[in-house]
Amino acid sequence: MVQGFLILLFCQLLGECLVTWLAVSIPGSVVGMILLLVGLMIYKKVPDGLRSTSEGLLKILPLLLVPAGVGLMRYFGVLSAYWYQLLIILFVSTLVTMLVVAALLRLMSQEKHEEGH
Amino acid sequence: MHWSHFQTLPVLWLVVTLAVFLVASWFNARMGKTPFLHPVLVSLSLIIVVLLATETDYETYMLGGQYIHLLLGPAVVALAIPLYDNLATVKRLLIPLVVGCVSGAIVASVSAIMLGMWFGLSDQLLLTLAPKSVTSPIAIAIAEKIGGFPSLAAGLVLITGAIGCVIAPVVYRLLRIEDESVKGFVLGVGAHAMGTAFAFEYGMVAGAFGGLAMGMTGAFTAFFLPILIPIIGL
Repeated sequence: MVQGFLILLFCQLLGECLVTWLAVSIPGSVVGMILLLVGLMIYKKVPDGLRSTSEGLLKILPLLLVPAGVGLMRYFGVLSAYWYQLLIILFVSTLVTMLVVAALLRLMSQEKHEEGH
Repeated sequence: MHWSHFQTLPVLWLVVTLAVFLVASWFNARMGKTPFLHPVLVSLSLIIVVLLATETDYETYMLGGQYIHLLLGPAVVALAIPLYDNLATVKRLLIPLVVGCVSGAIVASVSAIMLGMWFGLSDQLLLTLAPKSVTSPIAIAIAEKIGGFPSLAAGLVLITGAIGCVIAPVVYRLLRIEDESVKGFVLGVGAHAMGTAFAFEYGMVAGAFGGLAMGMTGAFTAFFLPILIPIIGL
């Protein structure tokens, strides 16, 4: 548990150092995720402690989003002025995005299928 | 003990957040797990009501809330584990996945900005909308960097997540998507962590692809938006 948490935090720390050093706008945690993935590919297995800690954290991921979400209370002015425009934008944009991605993936998997025959 | 003192106890807001989240999760399960009443949306609404009723500002709430928020970082790092577990599939499908994530990230940001321009929204609101399909910690960082409202970006991200979870099953039916990995990936690109959490309901593989898509889309968007913004003149 402690060992797993240490690995996660250490990867995040490395990621934070790297993005600061390279002066890029990518969050350190994302870089940390990539570093951990590379580390696991080299080590060729997931240590038990790391697995249980990670799966525990991922199970409560929705809870972890709540405090940031509560910050919405600071934007009631903007939200009440533009709520329906924002909702339309989010709805249409998300629908188009999902349709494009799903259609592309389907198209590519079909091509792969036909090549196989 | 006076309320003004009680109010500044960090542990109070930890208790409130966890208790409200448990109630919201129970309520969501009772309502057939509908994404419209997603535990995160229900929780943040209830907590905002509590804060307004007790005249507590967001900074005071975050005295406790920050400790939960802090765990988002290692949780994002932890997404490497489901990715590693499905590495064979990722390697096999590398090209379609990169194409899907890059096109999804571009369509999500550009369509939101264009619609916003059409509605005549302010530049700062457009910059806040741009990272709406990206997971909250990344979206907050992007909004800070490009000059949007970070906390509003987090809110729009959550609403996008809920909308995405509602739309996804319709998209699968329209395009007759049956593959669990494709389902997860579409959710991760369009609806970030909430989509990923929703994808886990289809299975571990769908969840892993959701996490993969979320990570790839987030990283790509973080690179791509600072290049796009000057091009469209914001």
